[in-house]
Amino acid sequence: MGNKSLSLFGNIRALENKISEFLDQLSESNIMFRAGVTAFLEGGGANSETFKKKLELVSAMESRADALRRDIETEMFQEALIPDFRADILSLLENLDEIVNHLEETLINFSIENPEFPKEFNADIQKLLESVANCVEALVVSARAFFRDVGSVRDNSHKVMLYEKEADGIVLPLKSKIFAGAMPLDRKAQLRNFIDSIDHIADNAEDVVDMLAIVTIRRAA
Amino acid sequence: MELGVLVYLSSGLFLGWSLGANDAANVFGTAVGTRMIKFSTAAIICAIFITLGAVISGAGAAHTLSKLGDINALGGAFVAAFSAAAVVAWLTILGLPVSTTQAIVGAIIGWNFFTGMATDFTIFNTIIGTWFLSPVLTAIFSYFMYKAVMWMLNRMQLHIVRLDAMTRLALLIAGVLGSYSLGANNIANVMGVFIGANPFQDFAIGGLVITGLQQLFFVGSIAIAVGVATYSKKVMMTVGDSIVPLTPVGAFVVIIATSLVLFLFASSDLEYFLASLGLPTIPLVPVSSSQAVVGGVIGIGMIKNRRNIKWGVTGRILVAWVQTPIVSALFSFMMLFIMQNLFGQTVFEKVEFQISQPILVRHANNLNVKPLEALIGKSYSTSGSLKKDVDKLVPDAEYKKVLNFVQEARMERITVDPVKFPELDKSIDLLTREQIDSVKSLAGKTFDYRWQLVDALTVGSESWRMKERTVLNKKYNRQVQHRLDVVLDLYTEKMK
Repeated sequence: MGNKSLSLFGNIRALENKISEFLDQLSESNIMFRAGVTAFLEGGGANSETFKKKLELVSAMESRADALRRDIETEMFQEALIPDFRADILSLLENLDEIVNHLEETLINFSIENPEFPKEFNADIQKLLESVANCVEALVVSARAFFRDVGSVRDNSHKVMLYEKEADGIVLPLKSKIFAGAMPLDRKAQLRNFIDSIDHIADNAEDVVDMLAIVTIRRAA
Repeated sequence: MELGVLVYLSSGLFLGWSLGANDAANVFGTAVGTRMIKFSTAAIICAIFITLGAVISGAGAAHTLSKLGDINALGGAFVAAFSAAAVVAWLTILGLPVSTTQAIVGAIIGWNFFTGMATDFTIFNTIIGTWFLSPVLTAIFSYFMYKAVMWMLNRMQLHIVRLDAMTRLALLIAGVLGSYSLGANNIANVMGVFIGANPFQDFAIGGLVITGLQQLFFVGSIAIAVGVATYSKKVMMTVGDSIVPLTPVGAFVVIIATSLVLFLFASSDLEYFLASLGLPTIPLVPVSSSQAVVGGVIGIGMIKNRRNIKWGVTGRILVAWVQTPIVSALFSFMMLFIMQNLFGQTVFEKVEFQISQPILVRHANNLNVKPLEALIGKSYSTSGSLKKDVDKLVPDAEYKKVLNFVQEARMERITVDPVKFPELDKSIDLLTREQIDSVKSLAGKTFDYRWQLVDALTVGSESWRMKERTVLNKKYNRQVQHRLDVVLDLYTEKMK
């Protein structure tokens, strides 16, 4: 029994570390995504070395996040851990993983389609990238709080909504500007898709934080 | 080993099964209900520690519990144990947590009614008190403890994974301790009645002597363990999930609140400890752990979300509590009738109650004994018929005093037979040398009433004398009473 309880606490530390590392992957891929898109816009599109490097890093993080999520899920099911919140935690991790996937997918699309963004939109896109990055980071902080300090989840979750709204506020006029220009329609549609894809990250983050808010109420009760 | 004894023993085993199937929920119900501990794990732990508790600690305290009320025939004991077991089994199948002790009390009352023995109806006040006090006290405790624990946990900021592991470990430890005390405290309820007819002999493995009593209790605890393993899940799910969904921390708080209520309000050791420090004592009240645990769960439900409390389930449980002693009494009465008239079994041995001058002198301070002189020389076969006559002659007498008078009027004609002295000498672990010698000094003497033997012992030796009734003397007096029971067990007639 003594050894079992020792190994029990050893396993717990390992699992705590895995959850923490998973959130690190999301947070870091969020930073790399922003840096990748910035490099794309400012330094020669998909052929930019910095862009390629960032894409590589985000892909590696996406794979690591997937592996960690699978590990955590398996362990939680096998050991029947946290019966009251297991389902919620697993769906939280899956939704967070979706965000990492989406970050990677968007960068891959940039790499494949290599869209040409007129310089005049750069400032707006940078603003959009900043709001989206802040949004995801606030989500990561909220998610970390859920695991350890449930009382402070709300302190950050409202920021997610604020940044999501901010992103929406940038996207609408930006898309109008694009469609008001003289570019061919197919290019306009392509640029709109990329902008929607970036904005979608913030939308996803907001959906996750909504779910987190409900689980938090249950946990704090 | 007589076959008849084994048949009679079967009802004790049935009672053990019912107890295991119902009472394991008090210990592991919330842990299993919240899915923190798998049922199979809980059942294994519960079975092991119930057995250890019963064999190690149960045997030590069981000497005084070898009688099921006044039941004096094995046939009667069989029916009483069977009736209590059947009622608990029925309510277990319905998934309702009930008090096994109250089922047994009900069955004894059924026997009293059937045989015409006087019943102490104040026991109903105790039972009704338990129905309210156990759940209400535990609900209050769990309410405040849960708030305190949650406040503390919020400050500690434990990772959810760590909190989960610690809660699981705490529930396991609480389950181990709870199972041990379940075995130690209840084995006497289950097998105590068969101590007098114990078919097992002492035997030694190496230097370790396994007494016949320990073997008897081992068999009983196996029955409890089988009850836990085969049928306890339903009641566990009622306690841990159906009344109100609990969180794992809530599950733990319920167990601790229940243990604390039992410790604070039912522990004479704590009462003694407080009194010995000169502190005021907490009044002892009757509490039942089955009923306490339900209160504990509701207490948590009041904080979490009172709309989640399923009052329908709670109502069914309350009805089951009321049903337990009543149905058990009726069933026991009916079964005794069938046993006696259909199967021709002896369900009670004839006893005799007689009023004489010495007993009137003994009770002169408590009762108006003048009118009772009319009863001198009259013989009664039941305490009930004697009580009726006493009530007629002294209608204003205090209920408890009349009851005590009637009980003490039982003629037993106990002879202190020197043939049993070697057996008395074997009780040297239980009695002092001075006490044994004082019993021997009464060799050959016969006493009509049990209390006369006790009086003679008290006069003969200081060591048999009880001290003034105070909280601090309670422990000493209990020990003297326990030792008196050892002597009385030896010289009064065994159940057949």
